[in-house]
Amino acid sequence: MIGMQRKWVAHLFLILGVVVTAFPLYLAFIASTHDAATIGRGRMPLLPGHYGVDNYEQAWSVGSGERVNGTPVRITMWNSFLMALAIVVGKVVVSALTAYAVVYFRFPLRDFFFWLIFITLMLPLEVRIIPTYKVVSDLRLINTFTGLTLPLMVSATGTLLFRQVFLTIPRELLEAAKVDGAGPLRCLWSVVLPVSTPGMAALSVILFLYGWNQYLWPLLITTDRKLDTVAIGLARMLGNAEGLMDWNVVMAATILTSTIPTGVVIFMHRWLVQGLIEVSK
Amino acid sequence: MTKVSAVFPNKVLPYLLVTPQLTLTIIFFIWPSLQALYQSFTASDPFGVKTRFVGLKNFRDIFTDPYYWHSVRLSFVFALQVSLFVMAVALLLAFMAKNPLRGATVYKVFLLWPYALAPVTTAILWVFMFQPSIGIVATVLRYMGLTWNHTLHGGQALLLLILASVWKQIGYNFVFFLAALHSVPKSFLEAAAVDGASSSQIFTRILFPLASPTTFFLLVMNVIFSFFDTFGIIDTLTKGGPAKATETMCYRLFVDGFKSFLINRSAAQSAVLMLFVMILTALQFRFLQHRVHYE
Repeated sequence: MIGMQRKWVAHLFLILGVVVTAFPLYLAFIASTHDAATIGRGRMPLLPGHYGVDNYEQAWSVGSGERVNGTPVRITMWNSFLMALAIVVGKVVVSALTAYAVVYFRFPLRDFFFWLIFITLMLPLEVRIIPTYKVVSDLRLINTFTGLTLPLMVSATGTLLFRQVFLTIPRELLEAAKVDGAGPLRCLWSVVLPVSTPGMAALSVILFLYGWNQYLWPLLITTDRKLDTVAIGLARMLGNAEGLMDWNVVMAATILTSTIPTGVVIFMHRWLVQGLIEVSK
Repeated sequence: MTKVSAVFPNKVLPYLLVTPQLTLTIIFFIWPSLQALYQSFTASDPFGVKTRFVGLKNFRDIFTDPYYWHSVRLSFVFALQVSLFVMAVALLLAFMAKNPLRGATVYKVFLLWPYALAPVTTAILWVFMFQPSIGIVATVLRYMGLTWNHTLHGGQALLLLILASVWKQIGYNFVFFLAALHSVPKSFLEAAAVDGASSSQIFTRILFPLASPTTFFLLVMNVIFSFFDTFGIIDTLTKGGPAKATETMCYRLFVDGFKSFLINRSAAQSAVLMLFVMILTALQFRFLQHRVHYE
């Protein structure tokens, strides 16, 4: 056989990779099961302690302690969940409609619209941040859920992905539906979208993580703690990362808020990988 | 664009279909970007009451500021170090995982794990290991006679930032390299083996050249990641410090705009970054077209 590198060498390297990847998370988990004093002593244990339940309880429902001041994780996780969900639904709907128009209709300015949307790829939030903030503030959307999610619902990637997917659908399928008397919207709903489910699922997984992990936008748009997202809540808790603080609670919050992305990777890694590769085409 | 005939003859419906996307794009992308460009050529007081055209003054201001050049140099050095480091590790791991292995999925899931986590989470995990007084790595280093304090030493802060960024991006690069290595035709490898090529020869002469479009693609993606997506990591880990040691272009733009309220200066920096992203995107696009051409 070709490329007969010894199997154990391959396993060795990959296991090393996994250890490096997992160690920071393992350490966070260990820290989340000890008390603050043990961690503050500067001799980090490598095996779990007995304070896990207390720490997670505190992170989940209080979010603050003697030397930590944050937002309860149950609030930040709920906010991030809603935010991610809104972004997924919004982006999928908005970009599917656009791609449908671009692929199946011919109309004046079609290419112009397409390029206008394509250009947004070149304008990350970071480069237009102040004027975008101003727009949202002029629309009186600061500290609102709409302000948090609506501006993130546009994406060229979604549109490009749907366009790719739609282009691979045989035209005969639609012609047949038309002969049966289906109109354009009927065709979208009953023919095009069902065939595009795998692409849509892959896109949704990526968008969900994107929404769940948002930081800069919520940092600017929300000051109200009730709207704190996961990332904002964690950053608030961490503060200046002093040696003497309730690291146990911070780490419990870190682990709790990581469960959702972790679950996504474990149970949907196939879609995640497919989505990453599809989006790049 | 593909030139196939329309499936539906409707004249008004397509406009309705693109309206949501177009409205949001114009309000939240195009208009603010034009605003940023406009602001980069004007000067206004902090309250935005009076505005006047000043030509290239804002650009002159930033380009004569040594600290701005520092942030430019830093951004490129940082991006290049992260990209090369992460790609070397990911390519090695992908090469190891290329043949069918037991537990391949488990490896993949573990390596992708950090990719799915928030940048802030990444920063917290790494700051916890390197916290000068309680961090486990800092403690070990102290026993070895090395003083670690990234809140005082700029070089250490940058190193920490690089490590955290690399850790986060390995999985993403791994997935693409693995796909590229899998797409190499088996017949090439068999022919090489028949000719007696060693495993390292196969790698350098066949696999790596054939994976080079992926390498280029990943380089661009890693540079974009390092420039823009590291904001959360920087803001949580170092806040651009100590003494601007980790103040990348993006972070500086944020500080000038939202902390110092130098709106016009910040806008000029936006314009520079916009130009940079445009060049990157154009490169990417041209290159991908070439790739399609060859396939």
